[in-house]
Amino acid sequence: MKESLPKSTGGRFWIMFGVLLAFAAGAFFEHLGFFEFAKNNPDEIWILFLEHIELVLISSFISICIGVPTGIILTRGFMRKYRETILNLLGICQTVPSLAVIAIAMTYIGIGKKTAIFALVVYGLLPIIRNSVAGLAGVDPVILDAGRGMGMNPAQLLFRAELPNAMYIILTGIRTSTVINVGTAAMSFLVGGGGLGDLIFSGIAMVDPGYMLAGAVPTAVLAIAMNWFFGKVEQWVVSPGLVFDTQ
Amino acid sequence: MIRLERVTKIYAGSSVQAVDNVELEISEGEICILIGSSGCGKTTLMRMMNRLISITSGIIRINGQNVMDMDPIELRRGIGYAIQQIGLFPHLTVYDNIATVPRLLKWDKQKIDDRVDALLDLMQLEPDTFRHRYPRELSGGQAQRIGVARAMATDPPVMLMDEPFGAIDPINREVLQDEFLKIQAKLKKTIAFVTHDIHEAVKMGDKIALLDAGRLIQFGTPEDLLVRPKNEFVKDFVGADRALKRLDLLRVRDAMMTNPVHCHNGDPGAKILERMIENDLNFLLVVDDQHCLKGYVKLENLRGHHGPVEDVTRPMTLTVTPDQNLKEALSKMLTYDIGIVVVTDETGQLVGFLNTATMVSVVGETYDEHGGRWGKITADGRIL
Repeated sequence: MKESLPKSTGGRFWIMFGVLLAFAAGAFFEHLGFFEFAKNNPDEIWILFLEHIELVLISSFISICIGVPTGIILTRGFMRKYRETILNLLGICQTVPSLAVIAIAMTYIGIGKKTAIFALVVYGLLPIIRNSVAGLAGVDPVILDAGRGMGMNPAQLLFRAELPNAMYIILTGIRTSTVINVGTAAMSFLVGGGGLGDLIFSGIAMVDPGYMLAGAVPTAVLAIAMNWFFGKVEQWVVSPGLVFDTQ
Repeated sequence: MIRLERVTKIYAGSSVQAVDNVELEISEGEICILIGSSGCGKTTLMRMMNRLISITSGIIRINGQNVMDMDPIELRRGIGYAIQQIGLFPHLTVYDNIATVPRLLKWDKQKIDDRVDALLDLMQLEPDTFRHRYPRELSGGQAQRIGVARAMATDPPVMLMDEPFGAIDPINREVLQDEFLKIQAKLKKTIAFVTHDIHEAVKMGDKIALLDAGRLIQFGTPEDLLVRPKNEFVKDFVGADRALKRLDLLRVRDAMMTNPVHCHNGDPGAKILERMIENDLNFLLVVDDQHCLKGYVKLENLRGHHGPVEDVTRPMTLTVTPDQNLKEALSKMLTYDIGIVVVTDETGQLVGFLNTATMVSVVGETYDEHGGRWGKITADGRIL
């Protein structure tokens, strides 16, 4: 899990490459007027940024609260028969574009933050459910037999044996869902949900790259930060006794 | 004590009896081996004892109490459980793994600490080294030991073991079996032990229950199965080499001839020479006043020798003890190409000797085909 890249020539090359890229990106953004816009409107970007984070956090939180228990229920013995059907159904739902999900939600709930969050929750659910099911179903049955044989009741088995062993895969699902969510949340602007989509879509409409980038760059930064954050959570939560190949 | 009364298991959606009317009693402090080929119902039978599998009909009593009257969770917490695939929790350290059941029973931390250390010591694993390791950092043999330690965590009087040494290489398995027998000699648990290895069964079992197609075919001591197989099936199962397997079971003391002819190291050489010629002996064992083995003399060394015997005594380096099993003794004899081996006890006292002829007659089948008792050839060639 701990990727301690040796600072070899390869590592140095990529660091150099990154620096050059950042420099080139800076020059490019300067050319497009991104920095000028950001300098003139720091408050607006900041407010929208916070709004965006709010949307992501609330919707991801709800997705997790629904998704993980659903995954748990789907892996209990009595649900085994229906598991595949339900997962396939959810898979089909996921093929609906996020924009359409938002549009459909709007026709029923109207406009505003609530609609945006609802759509984001629905859209973020599948990776979490799918990974929870995969993680829990993938726990070695021998461990469960040992646990049962030692006198663990179903709840103890779940919390002391199944979840800790499935945690890595479940967290991967949550990470995927949240990172996707950061991007999708930009769409909430379309139903009046706010967020950095405001800048992006306005920028596109006005053909003003600086304006658009003022929304796009913080969105990208937020996605990367979320990814990093869940990487850290993984290190805290997943037992070092479980090793997974990290490429 | 575990008592099974007409226990039957029929799996849902099947009409076959996986376990068919089994009647069995495992006495306190005994290891009872459940053996049979795969699908014979031995594991099913074992798993019914802690209700991991429901009982279709019949009664299982553990220490007099019907298991169906007990809460299954409580029942299982009171019974040690070790399985072939070990099933250590990979996300927990060795300490936490062993502490599983103590924690379920809400022991306090100090008591758990002490218990884990004691168990690791018992398993000959250095507590400071192993306590904080994860299962992936253990070798197969170490993991098996931890698996057994975990099953013994709360010192349960009854244990169920499903091929607990099945997943490791033969050499380590032998070592673990020996260690476990030593532990068992001290702790005297009542154990139901599933295996498909007749060698392991003979070695580990106080009793063996041989199952086939869910039915109990023969139940008795290892000796019973090897010497008095009930029918052709048992005979086939224990194998054509069942006579050889008895070598594991029999001790040197069972087969040796006691009180071999010998002389004292102070005896005059000429007199001994005379006696040897008279009795047609090539060599003679020599002991001292405390009856400790000094060695042997050869006929040709005594010719023309007038001093005491000890001057020409040659030391005897190859001996066995009465507690070794016959397999080890025979192996020594074959390795060094000798037809006779002398038996001495720990203090070096001469207690007897063993030769191939007696061994063959003791192990052989000349006596038991009809369940008769097996005999022994005495020093003077009589069969008892």
